[in-house]
Parts: sequence; structure tokens; C-alpha cells
Amino acid sequence: MSDDAREAFVASFEVAAPDGPAWLQALRKEAISAFAAEGFPTPRSEAWRYTNLAPIARTAWTTAPATAVALDRAAIERLSFPVFACSVFVFVNGRFEPALSTPRALAGGLEVGSLAAASIERPALVEPYLGRLARSEGAPVAALNTALFADGAFVHLPANTVVDAPIHIVHLALPGGGPTASHPRTLVVAEHGSRATVIEDFVSLGEARMLTNSVTEVFLGDAASIEHVSLQREGADAAHLAALRVRQSRDSRYTGHGISLGGTLTRNEIVAVLDGIGAECELNGFYVASGKEHVDNHTTIDHASPHGTSRETYKGVLDGEARGVFSGRVIVRPDAQKTSAQQTNKNLLLSRDAEVDSRPQLEILADDVKCSHGSTIGQLDEDALFYLRSRGIESVAAQALLMRAFATEITGRISIAPLRERIDELLLARLARARAEAA
Amino acid sequence: MSLLEIEDLHARAGGSEILKGLSLGVRPGEVHAVMGPNGSGKSTLANVLAGRPSVEVTSGKVLFGGRNLVEMAPEERAREGIFLAFQYPVEIPGVTNLYFLKAALNAIRKHRGEAELDAMDFLKLAREKMKLVEMDEKMMGRAVNEGFSGGEKKRNEVLQMAILEPRLAVLDETDSGLDIDALKIVSKGVNSLRSPERSMIVITHYQRLLDYIVPDFVHVLAGGRIVRSGGKELASELEEQGYAWIEKGAAPR
Amino acid sequence: MTPGESLEHLANREYKWGFVTDIETDSVPAGLSEDVIRLISSKKQEPEWLLEWRLKAYRRWLEMPEPEWSSVRFPPIDYQAIVYYSAPKQKKKLESLDEVDPKLLETYEKLGIPLGEQKRLAGVAVDAVFDSVSVATTFREELSKKGILFCSFSEAVREHPELVREYLGSVVPYSDNKHAALNSAVFTDGSFVYVPKGVRCPMELSTYFRINAANTGQFERTLIIADEGSYVSYLEGCTAPQRDENQLHAAVVELVALERAEIKYSTVQNWYPGDAEGRGGIYNFVTKRGKCAGRASKISWTQVETGSAITWKYPSCILLGDDSIGEFYSVALTANRQQADTGTKMIHIGKNTRSTIVSKGISTGHGQNAYRGQVRVQKGADGARNYSQCDSLLIGDRCGAHTFPYLEVRNPTATVEHEATTSKIGEDQLFYCQQRGISAEDAVSMIVNGFCKQVLKELPMEFAVEAQKLLGVSLEGSVG
Repeated sequence: MSDDAREAFVASFEVAAPDGPAWLQALRKEAISAFAAEGFPTPRSEAWRYTNLAPIARTAWTTAPATAVALDRAAIERLSFPVFACSVFVFVNGRFEPALSTPRALAGGLEVGSLAAASIERPALVEPYLGRLARSEGAPVAALNTALFADGAFVHLPANTVVDAPIHIVHLALPGGGPTASHPRTLVVAEHGSRATVIEDFVSLGEARMLTNSVTEVFLGDAASIEHVSLQREGADAAHLAALRVRQSRDSRYTGHGISLGGTLTRNEIVAVLDGIGAECELNGFYVASGKEHVDNHTTIDHASPHGTSRETYKGVLDGEARGVFSGRVIVRPDAQKTSAQQTNKNLLLSRDAEVDSRPQLEILADDVKCSHGSTIGQLDEDALFYLRSRGIESVAAQALLMRAFATEITGRISIAPLRERIDELLLARLARARAEAA
Repeated sequence: MSLLEIEDLHARAGGSEILKGLSLGVRPGEVHAVMGPNGSGKSTLANVLAGRPSVEVTSGKVLFGGRNLVEMAPEERAREGIFLAFQYPVEIPGVTNLYFLKAALNAIRKHRGEAELDAMDFLKLAREKMKLVEMDEKMMGRAVNEGFSGGEKKRNEVLQMAILEPRLAVLDETDSGLDIDALKIVSKGVNSLRSPERSMIVITHYQRLLDYIVPDFVHVLAGGRIVRSGGKELASELEEQGYAWIEKGAAPR
Repeated sequence: MTPGESLEHLANREYKWGFVTDIETDSVPAGLSEDVIRLISSKKQEPEWLLEWRLKAYRRWLEMPEPEWSSVRFPPIDYQAIVYYSAPKQKKKLESLDEVDPKLLETYEKLGIPLGEQKRLAGVAVDAVFDSVSVATTFREELSKKGILFCSFSEAVREHPELVREYLGSVVPYSDNKHAALNSAVFTDGSFVYVPKGVRCPMELSTYFRINAANTGQFERTLIIADEGSYVSYLEGCTAPQRDENQLHAAVVELVALERAEIKYSTVQNWYPGDAEGRGGIYNFVTKRGKCAGRASKISWTQVETGSAITWKYPSCILLGDDSIGEFYSVALTANRQQADTGTKMIHIGKNTRSTIVSKGISTGHGQNAYRGQVRVQKGADGARNYSQCDSLLIGDRCGAHTFPYLEVRNPTATVEHEATTSKIGEDQLFYCQQRGISAEDAVSMIVNGFCKQVLKELPMEFAVEAQKLLGVSLEGSVG
């Protein structure tokens, strides 16, 4: 494989490595050498069997410009969810832009802001966490982020902080001259008993070739509860490689909603470790791909402690010549007795040239467990379609209705109603676009 | 003479002593209710009688029909006529209810020196007994207790009791998790099995069950031993007074 | 004995087929080279084209890496320490079964497979393979009256070279994987079946494989061709002596079903599994694949895998013909330190092709059981349907179960469904059964049989009994 990208990234690190305190510099050095040694993964490795990064690997990416192009708040407002009051924090090409952000009154002790600033000002809150879940070894893509992220979002919930209004983080990618790469980074530290909803919203302005290589690390203390929405709605010529790492302590609850609305190539890699007794993890995902888009959700739920519960539901709609990949691994470690794990992947394949690869996997090493998984690949139910049509609903509307039902099983799990409704709207518009392209 | 004779029974479970000198005699045909607050040792008593391996008898005597019960394997006790209706009936995936019950009945019949039943005869018997607990025949084709509702599981326990015809039935909180309609059905089933040859120990936390299964004797279990015995009126007394007096260590007056 | 103890004992089953037959053998020296392959080929008086094919396979094998994607773990195999050809010494060419060495007849009788005219199993024709060669085939005349060819592979090469040459490697090319390449280079014998057009084979055909000699690998090759509208049911069984060293078994099976033909292939695999500490046992690395070449053809694999230290096999179906059907029914039991990585591939190419996968894995002791199955629906496979179900049963707390399905769909009119569950037999289940009068041992075998019956019912009668006994045996000694 041509490795122009590897050379370009390594060279850019050598020329201008992002700065930071000594411990962070060490982390970055380790990361860049891991990336330089391994380069971008190829389909030869089992984890990348269905996703080929060659088009990314052979592009000499330039790092996204440091300063924001003239941007007004109105443009940002249009991107946000105006229907409810939430704090919006905007990161342009990975850098915090306070001028574009609208923090509302932050509840008791909650901190949201620049990761670069926090790693200098509050190292005790950052150093023990940053890069601890997203390790560099064996994960060259995440390592690249660690080496090159200039700034990022830092969310800190002190013990027992309860935040009702969602924290809305906008990761905005702006194009540079040629193919541009950005490396958004997010660190969420939810200390014991805290609760919040975090929205990570990946958007772009302008139609240019872009690569977003994001890493998000979420730490949940005892009995902490985080609802996390990750929304990918970048431009049609954007590629997105995302790594999400979650560690859960005792009795904590993590609910993730991953919504992917397109892009040339999307890869979401999620690893959630249930590291304390009684932790609960729910992963929901929905993906739509059409044209020549490729979307790959690669998830691992690692039950490392007893009495854990996980529910994973991923659904996707593939149209045009799109390809959808789901790979979901559930590991139940020897000590994780009384684990209950459920995993489902359902796909609608709407076109002759679309493809789906589904790989649900169970690895059970404990005996007192209840685990199941299921996967289906098929079409809209012909009988239901006929039934609707026989009641006078025309074919296209009937299809749309059934697709909506298919999608809302996932979005219906988002607990904040205005957010759910807005995402429903986005999703339905996206589904309609996919159908229109196909027609 | 007593069918079951328990004398100064001490037993451990989960690393601590639960039963601390329990004595109880049950004669053929008698129905004994054992009541008591949570943690008093009610379920441990049931498990001692059925021989659950995780419960260890440390001292005392348990005789069943004159034989030392403590030395017998669980299946041997079952074949001798001890039946435990489980508080939490166990799910056994892949084994149908029909097959399971037939295997159990034939193991017991063989032990008694009776001929084993073939599939046809067994089905006839099962159909007849299912009416007792108003159970749908379809349940026989399903895996043992798998996907059963709480009420269905308890009815299934009573059905098994009807088919296996024990000499001593131990009902461990059979009323827990039942609504009033299910409770009536289950009680009706149990009552129809009362006979001069069959004894029962009915373990319950609530007096409600005893409105439907009227006992001959009521015992109050607290701190691992029987602290008070009486007739069925003792149950109503407990319902009014609660268990608090036991915990305070004083008897109600 | 408490249920806990009986669960412990479950793993410690005894292997009853571990005896060694004392017989003079004709072996080639250990090690693998082009010379060894030439020697094997010349011993078998093979035609030049076959030798060339073997050598091509060998050269390819040298370049190929060991497959690393599976979950089984074992030290590297020393291919130079293996004897690739070992055959019982034969004084002259056999004219009839009566001339087979009595020691061999005795061996098979002990294994429950009498070969002699009087005692042979009614309704089952047997090809007996001992180490590297076929020693006897029963019922040949009866079969030949219907035009059915059932003989050793070597004989097929001599007598029906045109059929062998047409189909050998047509389903499993020698370049398929490292183990298949090795087999193609050194295979010594195996069974060959051809069922002519429109013929329904009147009896079960069966091969019984026996490894006897020490340090010997077994590399047999089976080729079954069912011509248009024909039907055949084929069974294989296998055992080996109890030895402290691991022995390699790398077989290849190729099935070809032409239009409307049906092949039912059943395996009861009982190679020596090694002892409780994991010493010895067979490495069972097998490539089995069937091609539903014709329209409305059907291939059905049923396997009961209870033996071997390591099982690595994925009996597969290439559903080429429109309306063709592939099936895979499997029970794999791993006890002690056994490892199994098994499953299937269903490749849907033709229109309206259907496949069913039912896999049941049972793990006890330190056993590790993995299901790995691929369902692939190609672009042209309109209306393809697949249903897969894989269930795992865990007995005890040191074993493991793993499920790795790969569903790859390239056609929007296809329907693919996969379901999996994992459950366990714990002390609660055993105590419940015991409280109803059923002993712990009976309870375990009742639960295991209940768990497997969906697969066992697919086996021909004679084998179903055998398999049930084997699963029973596997669990015997659990109480006592």
C-alpha cells in the first residue's frame, strides 16, 4: 500500500509537533512512533477485513489550519439544536473557539472547555485519564490522533454533579487548500454519582476532501451516568475515523447513541469496558449510507466484572452502491459471572449494488451468563408494504413509513425529547435523500 | 408415628449458621405452616429437607419414615417421596417439560418397584393432572420453565407435585410473586392433593396463602428455631401483629 | 456425590478406542520433501499427472503461512517429524475380504465395525481405512450392479482416472489453505464414490478411519460425485490409539452434486482427544467442501465432533446451481483441554438458493469451543435465504464458548438471519432435576441430549445411536 499519508503525517509531526506539558509530549512521541511503525491498517488484519483505508493511506493530507476562517455565530446557530437551551461548545478543526461558544450557566462544578488549557492548568484532572483508554499500541489510527491533536474538548463532572441540559460539543471541520485532516479529541471524566448528557456533533462546512480522525475517551466513576450522542453529519466528501473508548466503574450506566448520516468512509470503533460490579452499558447505533459510501461500526463490549448488563442494537439502511459493516464483539471474562448481554444488528438492503457484512461475536469465558445475539439482513417487509398500499397509501410513502419505523426504534431511545425529535428529522431527511438518489 | 422428625437441627449456608436447634414433627396427612420474617431460616429448612448441596447440616437429627435423611442423596429423597416446590423454579433449556416429568416419574416408579409408564400412558396422566392447575397443554412441549411467567412456573411446580405424588410436599414460598387469581388456582391444586397419606410443609411469609391452604398447625420460625407453635389462628394473629414482636424478643399478649 | 463434584468429573471421560494393533507396516521415513512425495506416488503406481499435481501442491504449501485467524492454540508443528506413509504389510494383492489380515479384521470388529461377510452391518457398505491405506470395502458387488462406484481412492485413480482427473481439486483447490495443500501433496488414500444418473443409493456408504502407527499423520482424501437426479448418504467415523504425542490428521473431502442430486454427509468424529492434562491427541485439520453444481441440488453436512485435541474444520457448501440447498448441522463437544474451532461456509451464488445452519457447542472442563461460520450472498443470488442458529452450553466454570459469524450480503433480495445463545448447566439445574428424582448423571445427559436433538435427528439411524452413545460416553463417569 502506498503510504503517502504516513510520510506526510510523520513529517508534519517532526516539523511542528503540537506542544503541551512534558507528560503529554512523551505520550505524543510514543504515539507517533507507534503510528510510524504500523501505518494505516490493511484488510489483511482481521479487524479491518471489510474496510480498506488505501484511499486514505495514499493521500498526502495537510493538517487543518489553526485559525478559524471568518465564521459568524449565525452559521453555528444553524448547526445547533435551537429547540432547547443547551450549552454549545464549538471546536474548529479540533481547537476550542470560545468566541463561537455559548456556555450557559454551568451546574455545580461542571467544567467544559479546552483540553490543551486543562492539560496545562489542571494536569491532575487530565494526566491520569488522557490516552489511558485510547492506547497507541496496536491502534495506529488512534495513535495518530494522540500524536497530532492540537486541542480538544474536556468535560469534567465532579462527584454528584447532575446536569440536566445537554452539553453540546460541535466539532466543526473547515477545509484548507488541499485534502485536509483534523484530529478532534474529547475527554469526559464523570466522577462518582454524576450525571449528564453529552452530544458530540461532527459537522463540516464546505465541500472539500476532508479526513476527521477523532478520539473520545469517557470515564465513568461509581454510579455515574452518561448519555452520549455521537452524531456524524459531515460533507459528502468527508471521511471519518472515530475511536470511542469507555470505562465504567461499579453501578455506572453508559448509554451511547451513534448516528452516522454518511460520508465517503466512516469507521466507528467503540470499546466499552465494564470494569465494576453491576455496570450497565447500552450501545445504540443507526447508519445510513448511499451512493458509494462505506460505513463500518466496529464495537467491543468487554464484561470484566460480575452482574454487568449490556444491550447493543445497531441498525442500518444501505442504498445505492453503499457498503455497511457491523462487527460487534461481546466478551465475558472469566470473573464476569451473572452477566447478561444482548446484541442485535439489523440491516435493510435497498439496492442491488449495496452490500452488508455483519459479524456479531460472542466470546464467553464465564459460565453463569445469559447472552444472545442476532443479526438480520433483508428488505422492507413485503407484506407490510402491501398492507399499507391496500389501505390507499402510495408505495413511496409506505416505504418511508416503514423505514421511519425501522429507524425510530433506535432514536426512540434518546431520552431528551427535543433532541430525539431533531435527530429524527435529520435521519428522515437523510433517508429521503438516499431514496431520491436511488430513484 | 411421625413421617418427618426433626430434632435440634443446626445447619449452615453461605458461611454462617442459619438453623440453630430447630425441632419439628409431622405426622401423615398433616399440613404444617412455617412462617417467619426474612432471614429466619425458612428456605434453609426447605433446602435441608431436599438436600441442597450448599446447605450443610452440622448437628441434629432428621428422620423421614424412620430413615436418616441427612445421608441420602437429593434424588434418593425425591424417590422416597420428598417433593420441594421451589421458590425460584429453575429453567432448563432444551429439555421439554413432558420429557422431564416422564423421566422423573419413571425414576420414582422404578424405585418403588412399579412399571415405567410409556409415552402414551404418561401423556394421559399428565393431561388429567394439568386440569387441576388449569394449565395449557402446549406448556408440556416447552422447555422446563423457560420463558414461563412467574405464575406459570408456580403452577408447573404444583403440576409436578400432582404427577409425582410425594409423601411429603414442601412448598417454599409458593405464593410469592402470584396475583390473587393465580394464588387461587395454585391453592386449589394443592388442596386437591391433600390426603391422609400425604403431609405438607407450607412455608410462607404472608398469612394470605393460609386463607386458601388451611393448615393444621402453624409454626413461627425466628433466629433459626421455632419460637411459637399453634393452630391456624396463630396465622391471623401474626397478620395483625406483624413479626416485630419476634424481633423485639417479646411475645404478643 | 454433589452436583458440583459431578460437574468436575464430567470432563474426565475415558477413551475406549485407545488400543494399538500390533501389525507389521510398510512406512516411508519421517519427513517431507519432493523425494518423499515421489516415493509415495510410486508406491501407489500413480500416473504422471497426479504426481505433477502433488508436486505443485507441495511447492505451494512451502510458501503458504499457517492459518492464524482461528482461535485454536498449539505449538508449531514439526512437519519433518511426521511419517507421511504407513501401510499394513500385505503379502499379495487381495482378491476377497477373506484374505485381509485377521489382525485388521479383529481391529475393526473391536471398534464395532465387523467387515467379514457374515457379521458385516446390514444396510451399510464400509470402506475401512487403516493409517494410510484402504484395507477393505464391503458390499461392492451389490453396489456395482446399480452402477455405483464405491472404492478406495487409489483404486479410483487406477480404474476411473477420467472421473478423478475431472473432479480432483475442483471443489477444494490445492491452494485453498495450508492444510489442504499438504493433503494434496501427500494424501495416501481415502474413499471414492460415484453415483450414476437417477440412481438412489440403496444403502448407507461409510468409511471408517483408523490411525494406528505412531508419529504418523493421516492424510486421506474423499471424493463423492452424485450425478443428475441421484441420491447418496455417506457416513464417516474415526478413532485412534491413545498416545502422548500429538498426531496430525489433515484430510480433504470434496463433494459434487449435479442437477437435482442430493448428498448427505455425516461424520461422527472420535479421534483420540488427549488426556486430562492435554497431553497427546489428534490435530484434526480438515477441509470439507461441497459444490451444489447443478440446479436444485442439495448437500447436507451433519457432524458430531467429540474427539481430537484440536478440531479445525468448516464443512461448506458452494450453492452454484439455482434453487440449490446447503445444510450444516453440528454438535461439537470439548472437554478437558480440547479446543474446537468449527463451523461452515455457505456461499450463495445461484438464485433462490437456501441454507440452514444449526450449530451446538458444548464445553466442559477447560474445553474451548468456537463457532465460526460465513454466510455469503453473491450479487446474482436473488431470493437467497439463510437461517443460522448457534447455541452454546457451558458445563462448569473454566470452559469457554465463542461465536464468530460472518454474514456478507451483496444482494438486496436476500434474507439472512442469525441467532445465537449461550446458557449453562449449573448446580441449580442439577439440583432441580435431582429433587425430582433424576440422578445428576441422567440429568446431564438429558440436558445434553435435549440440547443436541435438533442435530442428532439429522443423522442416519445407525449413526444417531452411535452418536448418542458417544455423547453419553463422553459424559459417562460423571458420577460414581
